[in-house]
Amino acid sequence: MSNTTAPAPDAGKKEKKRSALAQELLVPVLAVVTGLIVGAIVIAVSGENPFVAYGALFAGSFGTPADFIEGFQIYFSTGETRELVKAIYPFTESLVTATPYIFAGLSVALGFRCGLFNIGAEGQFFIGALTSAFVGYSLKGLPMIVHLPLAILGGALGGALWGTIPGYLKARFGAHEVVNTIMMNWIAFKLSDWLLNGPMKASGFRPVTPNIEPSAELPRFFADPLRFNLGFFIALLVAYLVYWFLFKTTLGFEIRSVGANPDAAKYAGMNIVRNFVLVMFLAGGLAGLAGASQVLGVDHWVGQGFSAGYGFDAIALALLGKSHPLGVVLSALLFGFLRSGATDMQSMARIPIDIISIIQGMVIIFIAAPDIIRWLYRVRAVKKEETVLTRGWGK
Amino acid sequence: MKKLYFVMAALIVASLILSACGGGAAGGDAVKVGQVTDLGGIDDKSFNATAYAGVEKAVAELGVEGKYLESTQQADYAKNIQQFLDEDTDLIVTVGFLLGVDTATAAKANPETNFAIVDYAYPDCFGDPSEEGKTCGSTTELSNVLGLTFQIDQAGFLAGYAAAASTQTGKVATFGGINIPPVTAFMVGYEKGVQYYNEQKGAEVEVLGWSTEANDGSFTGNFDSLDDGRSFAESFVQEGADVIMPVAGPVGLGSAAYCQESGSCKIIGVDTDWTVSSAEYTDVILTSVMKNMNVAVYDAIKAQVDGTFKGGVYSGTLANGGVGLADVAGASDELKAELDAVKQGIIDGSIATK
Repeated sequence: MSNTTAPAPDAGKKEKKRSALAQELLVPVLAVVTGLIVGAIVIAVSGENPFVAYGALFAGSFGTPADFIEGFQIYFSTGETRELVKAIYPFTESLVTATPYIFAGLSVALGFRCGLFNIGAEGQFFIGALTSAFVGYSLKGLPMIVHLPLAILGGALGGALWGTIPGYLKARFGAHEVVNTIMMNWIAFKLSDWLLNGPMKASGFRPVTPNIEPSAELPRFFADPLRFNLGFFIALLVAYLVYWFLFKTTLGFEIRSVGANPDAAKYAGMNIVRNFVLVMFLAGGLAGLAGASQVLGVDHWVGQGFSAGYGFDAIALALLGKSHPLGVVLSALLFGFLRSGATDMQSMARIPIDIISIIQGMVIIFIAAPDIIRWLYRVRAVKKEETVLTRGWGK
Repeated sequence: MKKLYFVMAALIVASLILSACGGGAAGGDAVKVGQVTDLGGIDDKSFNATAYAGVEKAVAELGVEGKYLESTQQADYAKNIQQFLDEDTDLIVTVGFLLGVDTATAAKANPETNFAIVDYAYPDCFGDPSEEGKTCGSTTELSNVLGLTFQIDQAGFLAGYAAAASTQTGKVATFGGINIPPVTAFMVGYEKGVQYYNEQKGAEVEVLGWSTEANDGSFTGNFDSLDDGRSFAESFVQEGADVIMPVAGPVGLGSAAYCQESGSCKIIGVDTDWTVSSAEYTDVILTSVMKNMNVAVYDAIKAQVDGTFKGGVYSGTLANGGVGLADVAGASDELKAELDAVKQGIIDGSIATK
């Protein structure tokens, strides 16, 4: 970034903006690269070949060009789709995995913007999944145009309710949201155990809900086994809405102001209490949507062990994406591709799936401690306003 | 900065080159076997691990190619099965009822591939008119799926007999993860075994934690809390029991730890021989009720190799070695002989275990 020091008077503003963006992206990108390198070292130490492993990871998340070409050739010459489906399966499956990540990441990012640390996304995810499943299987005979939106809304409201409780407790009593959202997670886990073994249990002894009605399923674009569905595009739309809300509306400005400096915001006449509750309501709703998209788009029923920790990964996602909706979408895609490609890596290269968690963990460490990255790569820090992630205790 | 760009560019190029050669490597003509685990993971020391032991034995003895994929969430089941299908796997072993629906769906779409599902069998709707392909997987038997089921009450019966013969306090206990038939089958047999001992010996050994009559007992509500295992064991000991059979996966290890520390109780392991899988607790393990999923899985693979694989239901019993009781620690020759006699009685049907 040597050109930052020589601002031309006229082109200066544009130039500055571009280099600021580059600066903004530099640390996350380097963190990911470094995470992958550390992962490679771990793979090598465990006696496997990291290049083979990452080759399989790549093939598993994007597919291989050779398969694409072969698939299309067979499709055009014979009309047989089998090979083509096989070729696009990895890529679409990565997008399927990324979908709940986008929603959950937005949830945590929105909280960060208001200075709230929403660790409760996992619980809100569970509740959202259960409420949308309930709407999905209990209402029968509705047309899709009514049923699907209702089921989605059900999931959002369930999560929103779960988020509002700690939000209200924070606003009304000053109870710290970190503690309360963690507690709400446990309540959600135990509640879902109970619901799956009791009121929401399908007939028979197994702790699973009944299947949702076909009218509540998010439409899939291809036949089985491809599970790519409308949820992904809804996620992108919602990401745009969150962006618009945060940066183009007065309310969004208020939320960011409260996040940046609550005392100043209060002095400026903004209602802090209302903003806390509102943000936790919306954040919970977003996490609830993550659960809903997973049930309505992919699983169609809920059983124990429904989530692989989307809500917790979402915290890492939001940090990696710098709490910006676009950043969140990009990080969610990265996580989705990593998670999805890991299946191939596990099968072809016999690397345990846990290596992905190690890579993710390393990325988070590097994001949380950017000085390590700056020191490693000799990148100078730029003086600028950092997004306030969360405030300390008692403020 | 320039150096940095160079390093990154080199990495990208390297990854592209490598990914190009990552895909290939087709196997020979060995039979390919793939196991999809449920959420417990491959090293759960129970369910998944035992089933995989069967795969590993087949790899060693039959020369098949075996591998596994771990599921970390519900959505992984279908994905992992699909991965094996894409690799032209000949026999896919799925573990646990949660995979029931996805296994049936894949089996119908791929009639040339064989499947074996542990602890499940089609049709599985319990007389409930559920929709085809939904909650119960399939309402008809699938010709390319072998359901592996186990009459675990037979082995539980032997464990109950052994427990009753070993107790000093006259009270033996059991508890489960949740109140569902695959769990309670252990406990039903256990209680029956104790009652049989009482009848034969005129004893009055009492069973805590389960009553077949009431169809209820003690349940932790989960399969993962070692703390629950500890506290359940503690309260059973306070009630006077000195033998405990925890039917809740790793929860039982918490109970074993308590028994080891307090020296006041013995544990009966479940699913596998705990003196092997959890050797650190050998001194407090009385015996283990074994669900020999490895035997069942191995047999299924062998059938695949021999070309005799047939869909349907495999039922593991004492007779075919699908279920069994591990050696009872410190058993007298007399008790061993009695257990053998009881086992024969169960096999020939003269003793009822349910």
